[in-house]
Amino acid sequence: MNLNGSVFISILMALFVVRALRNFLDLPARAPHLSRLLGYVWVPGVVLFVFSQIIGWKTDQLDELYLLFLMSTIALVLVRVQQYRPARTLLLALAPYLLYSFIELVSTFISLRLLKEYDDAFENSKGFAFIWLFTFVLIARNQKKHLDKERLERETEEEAKRKIEAYNQELEHLVTERTASLTLQTEELREALKELKVTQDQLIQSEKMASLGELTAGIAHEIQNPLNFVTNFSDVSTELLTELEEEQQRPDRDPGLEAELLRDLRQNLTKITHHGQRAASIVRGMLEHSRASTGERQPTQLNLLADEYLRLAYHGLRAKDKSFNATLTTDFDPELPPIEAVGQDLGRVLLNLFTNAFYAVQKRRQQQPEGYVPTVSVRTRALPGGGVEVRVRDNGTGIPEAVRQKIFQPFFTTKPTGEGTGLGLSLSYDIITKGHNGTLTLETEEGKGTEFIIVLPA
Amino acid sequence: MKILVVDDEADVRALFEQRFRREIRSGVFSFSFAYSGEEALEYLHAHASEVVLILSDINMPGMSGLELLRQIRQEYDAPPPPAPPQVMMITAYGDETSRQQALELGANDFLTKPVDFSALKEKLLHLTDHDN
Repeated sequence: MNLNGSVFISILMALFVVRALRNFLDLPARAPHLSRLLGYVWVPGVVLFVFSQIIGWKTDQLDELYLLFLMSTIALVLVRVQQYRPARTLLLALAPYLLYSFIELVSTFISLRLLKEYDDAFENSKGFAFIWLFTFVLIARNQKKHLDKERLERETEEEAKRKIEAYNQELEHLVTERTASLTLQTEELREALKELKVTQDQLIQSEKMASLGELTAGIAHEIQNPLNFVTNFSDVSTELLTELEEEQQRPDRDPGLEAELLRDLRQNLTKITHHGQRAASIVRGMLEHSRASTGERQPTQLNLLADEYLRLAYHGLRAKDKSFNATLTTDFDPELPPIEAVGQDLGRVLLNLFTNAFYAVQKRRQQQPEGYVPTVSVRTRALPGGGVEVRVRDNGTGIPEAVRQKIFQPFFTTKPTGEGTGLGLSLSYDIITKGHNGTLTLETEEGKGTEFIIVLPA
Repeated sequence: MKILVVDDEADVRALFEQRFRREIRSGVFSFSFAYSGEEALEYLHAHASEVVLILSDINMPGMSGLELLRQIRQEYDAPPPPAPPQVMMITAYGDETSRQQALELGANDFLTKPVDFSALKEKLLHLTDHDN
């Protein structure tokens, strides 16, 4: 009874080992079925005990048997979960002891003598198996720790990865949002740009109209002169006709006088035609100036263009300031070749330069009324290589350095609000440089005057 | 009566010569022409005592009619021997400021373009009567 009762200690130990094993191998998660089965590890022990009591088998091998069973069970469990490396190590740890226990038990049953003969060897083997078991359990424990650490690291890594992924997703979402808002902004900007372009076209047109306004008075004056001639020569021709008729009625006709009257009449008709055409060409010029540029280049006589616009600009200013007067000098190169250009555009540039020149001399005259002769001159020169140079010079106020920097910028004007659009020189610059591949430069000295130089290539 | 007409438009000559052909033929008027203020002064320097009347445009390139008037009044307003010439201004800009300015500078009359030739003839004939 006493001997057999020790099996209960083994059962307790088995429960303890099973619990440790469950923990160590994390059995409930790894093999839940096995884990549950292991819970009944005590049953065979109890059954063994009851059976031995019934048959009255007294032996101290009972708990050896049970322990063998326990170890076998554990070995089986370990084989089942062998994918787990510490389990394999445990299996390796257990193998010698299991083998030893088995051999010992078997030899006990077969022959007690054999046991006695090899008692020392058995004792040594047992010690060795025990140390082996202990060592490998430690190794398995280390492996488990290592694996746990690895797992933990992996989990941390995965967590980090998840976080990164979540962050990525968030970022992608943000990017999508931003892209959408950027697209919207681009659309809005494109819309604004379109509006600006329309406005720019309108501004250019209104600049044209403003310069046309400056021209109007000049044009009116320029038209009035030829119209006066037309009227006057018509009137006087009627008088001449009356005189001719009277002469024809007289008995003593003077053929010399009649011939003279006829000659005058013919001459007058020629003059009427001439002045009528002069007025028509001015109107045509005005219409051309206000029309949108066709951008078509045609051979252009710069001398004629410069002369025409110089007069228009002069009379334009005269109409506004009756007291204003200036000396106009022209120095036209008779050898000037015709230049392929958009005449209407070049006309605008010249008009702008002349208007500015007159404005400058007018201002200087206001500052210095005595002994100052306002002078605006235009000079053309044929350049070697087929190009031409046009110089528009005034002896006006000159341009201060600070203003010179900005003079070709759009909307920059020194004139009072409402008097200048600030687009004249900027448009002129574009017409000469972009439109005709030429250059527009200036030389100026404060208090002495300014000279604008247009150079156009052949 | 010798009249100097100053205008930058060349055809003014033909016009005057035809408008006043009878008077020219009969020798009542004789016309000379200058095409700028400078030319007019030159002519006056050469024929100072002959010219009785000057008809001048105001708007001319270079020396304006008003500047010409100022110089004439400066040079020829010294008391006689030759009586100072009469000066009539003619302009397309017939506004009051120009008229005032011309009269202040010593113009005897101020006419606007288009010139009413019959009215001008009246005035000239009236002057001739006075002269005589």
